[in-house]
Amino acid sequence: MNTQTTPDAQISPAAQSRSVLDVIDLTIRYGTKPAIRNVSLSIPQHRITAIIGPSGCGKSTLLRAFNRMNDFIPNVGMEGQILYLGSDIYAREVDPVEVRRRIGMVFQKPNPFPKSILQNVAWGPSINGFTGNLEDRVEQSLRRAALWEEVNDRLHESALALSGGQQQRLCIARALAMEPDVILMDEPCSALDPVSTARIEDLMFELKERYTIVIVTHNMQQAARVSNLTAFLENGSLVEYGETDQVFTRPRNQRTEEYVTGRFG
Amino acid sequence: MSQGSTAKPLLAGAGTRKSRTKEELIRFVLFLCAFLSILTTLSIIAILAWEAYSFFREVRVLDFLSGTRWTPLLEPRSFGVLPLVAGTLQIVIGASLIAIPVGLASAIYLAEFASAGVRRALKPVLEILAGIPTVVYGYFALTFVTPLIAAIFPQTQIFNAASASIVVGIMVLPMTASLCDDALRAVPESLRQGAFALGATQFEVTLRVVLPAALSGVMASFVLAASRAIGETMAVTLAAGATPKMTMNPLESIQTMTAYIVQVSLGDTPVGTVEYQTIFAVATLLFAITLSMNIIAHRVLARFREVYE
Amino acid sequence: MSSDRLRRRHAVTRGFRLLCAAVAWAGIVILAVLLFHVTREGIRWLDLQFLTEFPSRFPEQAGIKSALWGTVWLITLTAGISIPVGVAAAIYLEEYSPRNRLSQLIEVNIGNLAGVPSIVYGILGLVLFVRFLALGRSVLAGSLTMTLLILPVIIIAAREALRAVPDSIRHAAFALGATRWQAVRSQVLPVALPGILTGVILALSRAIGETAPLVMIGALTYVAFVPEGPMDAFTALPIQIFNWASRPQENFHQLAAAGIMVLLVTLLLMNATAVWIRQRAERTGR
Repeated sequence: MNTQTTPDAQISPAAQSRSVLDVIDLTIRYGTKPAIRNVSLSIPQHRITAIIGPSGCGKSTLLRAFNRMNDFIPNVGMEGQILYLGSDIYAREVDPVEVRRRIGMVFQKPNPFPKSILQNVAWGPSINGFTGNLEDRVEQSLRRAALWEEVNDRLHESALALSGGQQQRLCIARALAMEPDVILMDEPCSALDPVSTARIEDLMFELKERYTIVIVTHNMQQAARVSNLTAFLENGSLVEYGETDQVFTRPRNQRTEEYVTGRFG
Repeated sequence: MSQGSTAKPLLAGAGTRKSRTKEELIRFVLFLCAFLSILTTLSIIAILAWEAYSFFREVRVLDFLSGTRWTPLLEPRSFGVLPLVAGTLQIVIGASLIAIPVGLASAIYLAEFASAGVRRALKPVLEILAGIPTVVYGYFALTFVTPLIAAIFPQTQIFNAASASIVVGIMVLPMTASLCDDALRAVPESLRQGAFALGATQFEVTLRVVLPAALSGVMASFVLAASRAIGETMAVTLAAGATPKMTMNPLESIQTMTAYIVQVSLGDTPVGTVEYQTIFAVATLLFAITLSMNIIAHRVLARFREVYE
Repeated sequence: MSSDRLRRRHAVTRGFRLLCAAVAWAGIVILAVLLFHVTREGIRWLDLQFLTEFPSRFPEQAGIKSALWGTVWLITLTAGISIPVGVAAAIYLEEYSPRNRLSQLIEVNIGNLAGVPSIVYGILGLVLFVRFLALGRSVLAGSLTMTLLILPVIIIAAREALRAVPDSIRHAAFALGATRWQAVRSQVLPVALPGILTGVILALSRAIGETAPLVMIGALTYVAFVPEGPMDAFTALPIQIFNWASRPQENFHQLAAAGIMVLLVTLLLMNATAVWIRQRAERTGR
């Protein structure tokens, strides 16, 4: 219902694309300390949106609000709304489990389950009542995560035997196996070497054909390289949000300019 | 591909509702299992209170607590619990004389001197000592420790407090050592280094800095060890005897509260008589003493941990 | 002058260190003496006949068949009841419980229950199971009593094992749309399992050696048969040992020593299993 209520170009810069997530006047508090202050923005479909900002600015908090992972932190208070395809994901009748099935997540440090590669990818679909061919789904997900060629001969070996970069791609494959609409990535490359990082960035380009991606990163070059849109957060407030080119080359706000040119943060 | 799923509304369908009900059911069953511990405590209290109540309708509480003769099974009957308390106290004191110095010194060695390798070797030994059943210690007291004591002091009786005290001391030793070790290791390294930087030797650092800093934790472990010694049953039943009396001579036969309870339950005292109810009165006293010691010690330990965490 | 003092201070440290070390290693000496004494006394009674004969008035004919089987029954039933209940309680406290007054009360309560003397559990079992629930002096009554006794130990150990599972595993599971139970059952529990098993085995080995509660619920009658069901009367190894040790005759004391050897070997095997599980889990190293 609320998908079109974004007249302000700053809030929804990509009007040509339909928005998947709409944040409306969101405030999140840890105890009494606000971590996100009155943020409104829209995430367009099949684009990569980067959230940048100095550490502690609330970017991870915002990202985790999109699939209700903040529910696990005690004493979190929230005001405002987050709409997924028009429906409020924090509405009373909504099961957070259902939200997370649609909105997948990749974490900062690769966190594969201490099981086989196959089991890692197959577990999500199998607990969610997937009835099709599980092996096909696993292969498809691993292919999309550009990992199939490297692991297809050792699917039954422990996922922990993989390298860090491979583990992270496995975590992406695991998320893809759920066929989500949105994939949230919380600094997915911060624990990886440059080569692995480059592979994951390439992968993101391919994935945006099918999925909407939101990535939190502290690495501005990465945001500039991979994203279509960039949101700059400072002290929990949204300072600027726009096409990545524009944010990095012609920022409207002076704080943004200072940050993207590396004068602070 | 994702288009298909985007059309679906987010609201919970019938399937989700069903699995939510299942989740709630599981949660409830798990809760019941955790809540069982509360029920256990309540049952203990209810049973002891109920049975002790019927005992104290026959015997005045004051007579029970202050009487110095305990002859509930013989005429003339007398229900003064102090001899049992004295017997228990004798065991606790004797056991503490062993467990406290040895336990603390072992803990100091483990925490302050021993290398990681020595720790790895010593800890399992302590664990094995802690895992030996109490009936085995009872046997050991009766057939090894008592003859040993008798060889030195010929007047020693076959059943005597000394031998039971010694094995109870050995029994609570691992617990004392391990709790003291925890307390000493909780003291931050910075405190030690600060003292070393002032030119203190290891001995001075341990005795003047580490030990005082860990004092409340160490004291709490002593209380827990004493509480364990009070509740110890089989070793004292086998080795300390069945003669309730007010004596401080460790070479004589005595009786503890726990040993008395065993004695009655092994005998043919008819259920429901006041003689039989004595075990509940004694058990109530035992439970009250150990529980309050445990609660105090855990409080102290909790506060101690807060200081250093 | 002052270097003299310094030398003395160092000597004090060395002496102190030696004292502490000697005292700490005394544990090994005590253990060795105890084992040596028991073996010396018991070894000549320990033969196949000892394991296959029922207790008897005549030491030469006495064995621990009924006690051994009683212990097997007792521990099997106790394990069957206490493991699921204890692990479930630990899961609730570690994975589910909101941080409120009630769960705090439960936690403190479990800590205190772990310190209640075992004989008090015996009284609880006697009144609640033997009389009130009319289970009589059966293996089942004994097992239920033992269950209540070791539940705190199992819960505390299982909670520690669950706490050691990194949160990243839970988050990964939740982010895949797992419900809490799915996350716990399929991901958290398997990782915690070696730790839980170690704790469970240690708790059960405590149950094997416990005597006082069984004396209370009346397992000390002369039993010359092997239990065939949970409602049968029984005796157990530590009870048989107690029985023999409390007789005045030397021969029975030696029988007790032989019984102790059987008991200690059983415990040793269980502990070795626990250590083996722990080391295997560390090697496969998640």
